[in-house]
Amino acid sequence: MDWPTFIQTIANSIVASSIYASIAVGLALCFGVMQMANFAHGEFFMLGAYVVFVLNAMLGLPYPFVVLLAALFVGFVGLVVEQTIFKRTRGNVLAGFMATAGLGMILQVIVGQLWGFALMKTIPTPYPETVSILGAQIGVQRLLIVPGAILSVGLLWYFLHHSRIGKGLRACAQDQEAAALQGISVVRMGALAMVLAGMLAGFAGALMAPVHAVTPYMGHAVVLTAFIVVVVGGMASVEGAIVASILFGFVHTFAATIFDSVVASMIGVVVMIVVLVAKPKGLMGRAKA
Amino acid sequence: MQKLNKNFLAIGAGFVFLVMAVLPWIINDEYMLELVIIFLINVLMATSYRLVTTTGDWSFCHMILVGSGAYATGLISKELGISVWLSIPLAAGVAALVGRAFIYPLLRTVGFGFFIASFAVGEFVRLVWIKFQIPFGGTRGMIGIEPPVLGNIIFYFATPYYLMTLVLVAVSLIAMYRLEKSPIGNVWKSVYEDPELAESVGIDVAKARTQAFTIGSFFAGLAGALLAHRNGSIDPSVFDINAMVLLVIWVVVGGSHTIWGPILGVIAMTLIAEFSRPLLEWRPLIYGSILIITLLFMPDGLEGLIERVSRLFARGKQQVTPKES
Repeated sequence: MDWPTFIQTIANSIVASSIYASIAVGLALCFGVMQMANFAHGEFFMLGAYVVFVLNAMLGLPYPFVVLLAALFVGFVGLVVEQTIFKRTRGNVLAGFMATAGLGMILQVIVGQLWGFALMKTIPTPYPETVSILGAQIGVQRLLIVPGAILSVGLLWYFLHHSRIGKGLRACAQDQEAAALQGISVVRMGALAMVLAGMLAGFAGALMAPVHAVTPYMGHAVVLTAFIVVVVGGMASVEGAIVASILFGFVHTFAATIFDSVVASMIGVVVMIVVLVAKPKGLMGRAKA
Repeated sequence: MQKLNKNFLAIGAGFVFLVMAVLPWIINDEYMLELVIIFLINVLMATSYRLVTTTGDWSFCHMILVGSGAYATGLISKELGISVWLSIPLAAGVAALVGRAFIYPLLRTVGFGFFIASFAVGEFVRLVWIKFQIPFGGTRGMIGIEPPVLGNIIFYFATPYYLMTLVLVAVSLIAMYRLEKSPIGNVWKSVYEDPELAESVGIDVAKARTQAFTIGSFFAGLAGALLAHRNGSIDPSVFDINAMVLLVIWVVVGGSHTIWGPILGVIAMTLIAEFSRPLLEWRPLIYGSILIITLLFMPDGLEGLIERVSRLFARGKQQVTPKES
């Protein structure tokens, strides 16, 4: 591997880590707060991209404004899903997971019927320039994903650690009963977690839309990788999800560059198995009594 | 359902078997018979999956074990030239071994973690099929898997293959049913209901989970072998996540408390699949809606619905204690 390829791969790894993080963090948050495993999270990501496609590529609204709208819209979808599905499957993780798997199928068909199944949507890149970093050429739009993800995940982290409501969310994740005894509304926290996760996924989808193949099935591949990342990170831990995202981003990108993407996925599974055998609770999982 | 008289059940099952044994001469329609063969194989997939879930381990890699059986019988009969009559049981054994290898890291996880981790280890095997052209044939898979021959009966034809499938599936169902009613099955159930309590009375939880998973894998492999010799070709996409989700739908829609649940689920979904044939593009939406409606409004599946209806007729008898999910 020569020097420019190496730098390029490092840059790609950072981009991939950012994408994984902005998707996996939402999953870990929902799982931590209310034991909600949202399989339609990948379709949330897809919806974010389609908001950009419809409003930016078709109607010509300015890109930054559309990204914001995508986050808000998908956050709202998250709230609806929480109210209709997770409220009724509380206490049974798998039931919620399978019901949202059904929802994912429904969303795929609806989006496909509205805008076509097979055709890849092309969205004009708002920032088509490339920059040269240490001899590697990287598109600005791809590079934007990194500060975008750091900004959104960082905002979430700040919110969780420095606001009253955020602390309430973390309290719920630690011990629901104790949190309820302190007067925290566990039910509202669950809804809030889904809104935040939806916003993160929608934002990520909107950022990715110009550089990613936009199809109804684009979320499908992403969400399973994200779930594996979350399991490695320790299921309910937002910090663990971030660390695992960086681990997977680098391992996967380097393996894909050196070998091919199939081998990269295989190595990803091996990493997961090694982590599970060595640390069954995941990288940052708390041992529960 | 469990309140039904045992003898009545045995007679009923025997009657169904007899009717199904003469089915080729009743319907006399190749397409219908073909459908029933696939239906029987699907029943074996669904019931073997349910067997694994009796310990509480909902896995997401069962189709990979089905695929292991299919690939194994393809390789053994085609590449090694061993008789199909031997390769089918060998393939089931290979699937059991693959399952045994899977469960080793998976024992570290429970519940939802198990579900996702099992998907990942299964995906590893599927990637191996895709990656290695020799011997698995890559994305295009394997073709020319010959049906068995016995004397001058060629099992390429639907009727003999149907009868062979019927016998094998019936024997498997009886074996799984008996296993569940045996002390081993009771141990599995206790692991599902309360693993800590089971452990405290001296039950080896890890061993019970390993047993259930390995035996379930064996029957999954058998289903895969039957599928491979019927279709004549297999490829990695047959055993992908969409197939796995469909398998989950069968078991969820039918119910998983008894062995009858998944069978009901396969019947219901086969009918829906046939009737939704003109709406092919909308099919995921239909399946997704059915899945959501079942999970939200009848969490015990069709089986639970039948039980509730039969309880309506048997009103006045003692109240059944509500089950915890």
